[in-house]
Amino acid sequence: MRKHALALLAASLLAALAPSPPLAAQDLAALEGHMTVHRLANGWTFLILERPRAPVFSFTTVVDAGSAQEVPGITGLAHMFEHMAFKGGPTIGTTDYASETAALEKVEAAYQAYQTERLSPRPDPKKLATLLAAFQAEQRKAAAFVVQGDLDRILSTEGGVDLNATTGADETVYFYSLPANKVELFAFVESERFFHPVFREFYEERDVVREERRMRVESQPVGRLVEQLITTAFQYHPYQQPGIGTPSDLQSISITDAKAFFDTYYAPSSMTTAIVGDVHAATLVPILEKYFGRIPARAPAPGLRTVEPPQIAERIVLMEDPGQPLYVEGFHKPAQTDADQPVYDAIDDILSRGRTSRLYRSLVRDGQLAVDVGSFSGFPGGKYPNLWAAYAFPGVGVTNEKVQAALRKEIERLRSEDVTDEELARFRARSRGDLLRSLESNAGLSRSLAEYHRLFGDWRDLFRYLDRLQKVTKADIRRVAASTFTPANRTVAMIVHAEQ
Amino acid sequence: MRPLTPLALLVAASLLVPCAARAQAARTSDLRYPPLPKFDIPVPERVVLDNGMVVLLLPDHELPLVEATALVHAGPRYDPAAKAGLGSLAAEVMRTGGTPSKSGDEVDDFLESHAASIELEVDDDVTRASLSALKADFADVLRLFADVLRRPALDGEKLEVARSQELANVARRNEDPFGILFRETGKVLYGADSPLARTPTYATLRAVTRDDLVAWHRASVHPDRVVLGISGDFQRDEALALVRAAFGDWTRGPEWKPPAPAIRSDAPRGVFFARKDDVTQSYVTLGHLGLRRDDPDYYAVDILNQLFANSFASRLLVEVRTKKGLAYAVFGGVGTAWDHPGQSTVSLSTKTETTGAGIDALLVETRGLGSRPPTAEEIEDARQAILASFVFRFDSTARVLNRQLLLEHYGYPRDWLTRYREGIEKTTPDAVRRAARHLRADDFAIVVVGPATGTDKPLSSYGKVTPLDISLPEDETGGQ
Repeated sequence: MRKHALALLAASLLAALAPSPPLAAQDLAALEGHMTVHRLANGWTFLILERPRAPVFSFTTVVDAGSAQEVPGITGLAHMFEHMAFKGGPTIGTTDYASETAALEKVEAAYQAYQTERLSPRPDPKKLATLLAAFQAEQRKAAAFVVQGDLDRILSTEGGVDLNATTGADETVYFYSLPANKVELFAFVESERFFHPVFREFYEERDVVREERRMRVESQPVGRLVEQLITTAFQYHPYQQPGIGTPSDLQSISITDAKAFFDTYYAPSSMTTAIVGDVHAATLVPILEKYFGRIPARAPAPGLRTVEPPQIAERIVLMEDPGQPLYVEGFHKPAQTDADQPVYDAIDDILSRGRTSRLYRSLVRDGQLAVDVGSFSGFPGGKYPNLWAAYAFPGVGVTNEKVQAALRKEIERLRSEDVTDEELARFRARSRGDLLRSLESNAGLSRSLAEYHRLFGDWRDLFRYLDRLQKVTKADIRRVAASTFTPANRTVAMIVHAEQ
Repeated sequence: MRPLTPLALLVAASLLVPCAARAQAARTSDLRYPPLPKFDIPVPERVVLDNGMVVLLLPDHELPLVEATALVHAGPRYDPAAKAGLGSLAAEVMRTGGTPSKSGDEVDDFLESHAASIELEVDDDVTRASLSALKADFADVLRLFADVLRRPALDGEKLEVARSQELANVARRNEDPFGILFRETGKVLYGADSPLARTPTYATLRAVTRDDLVAWHRASVHPDRVVLGISGDFQRDEALALVRAAFGDWTRGPEWKPPAPAIRSDAPRGVFFARKDDVTQSYVTLGHLGLRRDDPDYYAVDILNQLFANSFASRLLVEVRTKKGLAYAVFGGVGTAWDHPGQSTVSLSTKTETTGAGIDALLVETRGLGSRPPTAEEIEDARQAILASFVFRFDSTARVLNRQLLLEHYGYPRDWLTRYREGIEKTTPDAVRRAARHLRADDFAIVVVGPATGTDKPLSSYGKVTPLDISLPEDETGGQ
């Protein structure tokens, strides 16, 4: 396990612990010597960090599109497309691509006919049954060409691990790790996925996602409450929509919708891939050119017009539920690229992180009112103005009201008095430690690099951000707390326990 | 890894340079790969202190961080039944209740202001204490770590904080349906009173006193029951000197032979139903007891599990999820555990209206392992998936060390990983097919968590239905 530029960078992070000079430019330069940024002509950006610690590599592809790109009627579509990306391509997952493509066109035509009747003002039950049967017959014909799990089989038999993806409000993220000698396999599979997207088994997969919604949202008290919180806190911006989709949309989204979504939002210029591990940029770049360079450039995705208007009245959700009490309150705040984001990070650290935090000491340790407390910003996404929220799980027999009063007292203190020197010093030390620990795994580092590049346009901001955190002052915290934590800007959501 | 023949090496080498100039492959099977650079499994240095404490050292100088983990042979498995939760409370209060030189709050202040952490958690028969520190603080944090393990103050006020958290866990134990399913399946398969399945109640948590914590610590935490592993950026001699200074004068505990956990002697049959109405799915497990990890069939079972349920290309996922769309979560396989039989199960969650269809699909796939034995291709794909990804089992020092600690704790051979690779390589296809006898549909107990009405088939069509009472008992002394 050899030492390299990351070690140099880490040394400077550590040296900076005592006072707080900014990250020395020469240390970032040392890391840059191992970093290659390569942008293809079609706009796809690759970040390659050579880290020859073990003969493996990890990659993360971040697509600058998520459920915030949806509108009512197609909610859940970004996530559905993510599922589709595991179905393979023209040479993966099918016995006969040409015949299958023709069969899928018939599936879609049959589905559209069924859907048109189903959504008509007075659907004819008989006709509907016939159309449904016809659609299912086409589904069965298309299914005959499918080789299920082929993408997973190809990658896993070559040593691929941790194959997965996630869809968020802002982005869709694809990742896995491979032995270091399989970079060409990575290039083949990942370029195919987004060069020739396939929509095989779309409607079968829609049922799987519907089950995912039942499991994650409908059958968990916390899942139910969180959905109520976002639909209430946002009245206009798409952050109000559940990323998993609403039940009716999950019954209606179609292959036609998914193709349109892909064509609009998966332009190569929306893609950033970070590769970290025992790779060599000099040999890798030509491979990337060869495979990913095949994908034609497309018009960039349109920006989002919608801006959530300022909240002018407090909103309260009281959810009577068999679940135990849970208290959450959220406040609107700017996007994560805003100059004040580091101030929110400081607030989270001081208010709710660890056993030294204000909420832990007042609500958990001293009052035994709550058993778990926390706060976070960037909810449900961070690219657009979003929510800062704090939560508390009340102890046995403790009411939400008691927890609310104790929580409000701590939030109010942030507005009315300065945080202490010790709290600020602890925040600075921990943010350095966090960055250092985030460098440990190839997979985690590749994700950080790709996400910072997506959000800020430059991977270096992962490291520059630390300097911004170090510069947060007591006055910043009071100023931001005063402007954010106002009653009119607040949405409260709580579970009121009720036996069924 | 299969050895490369000289010819394969030649072919691979010839592909190295012109790789980029080559036309792109038409299919992934046309791709040819250079050999993977040689990379040996890192072996930690093993030192045994005079008091019996085992110390494993594996330096890694890439980042200026040090991590340490101590596994103590003590945990909830050994709690007295009337005080279930004692081990868990004790571990938490060891961490939060202070040391001879620092109050609990001072410990928190010190650690958090140094971007360091010490945490304790319990799992069955293990209390795991972990440490993470910046290199420069390692010596100080290790001394504190030793105090937490050896000389915890076990402050009574911090016991009350920990108790209120554990009581809340009881109050919230019926919120996550999969949590209920796993808990109740354990009780059905091992027996409700087995230490492998027992869970704390309000009463057992309230029965624990500070004196119990002191007695627990005195009886359970001794150097001869500890294995300590350290990875990260340290110098071997310095670290060993620190460890000797911190732990060398710790005296051995009394002779102790851990009792084997009691397991019900009769096999449960039929359906066990826990009613939960605020969910839109049924959560289902079919299962019986499995194997110990040192079973000679372990390697065959690992290959079988891979082809049965461990990837999107596996039978269970292809048939139940991808083709039928019955579930998002479907998983299972022959279960193994380190020192007792694991749980061999197949599970899913599916909408209430397809509960019967889901159970049927799980039964069909389990029986299919016998009636449609794994093909040679399935077996080789599964074997290859395990071997080709083998490097990821030792690509970081922390990963290596965590495994070695478990091997030490359970008394398994220290070269287990090498044996594992050989075992996977040598297992014959027939042995994999024979291993299907470890998953027996006819012996399954069926556990269902979900609504009482709305299923497509009555649960009684799968056998006698025994209701499981998961309601919370009244907490007579609790409440604020």
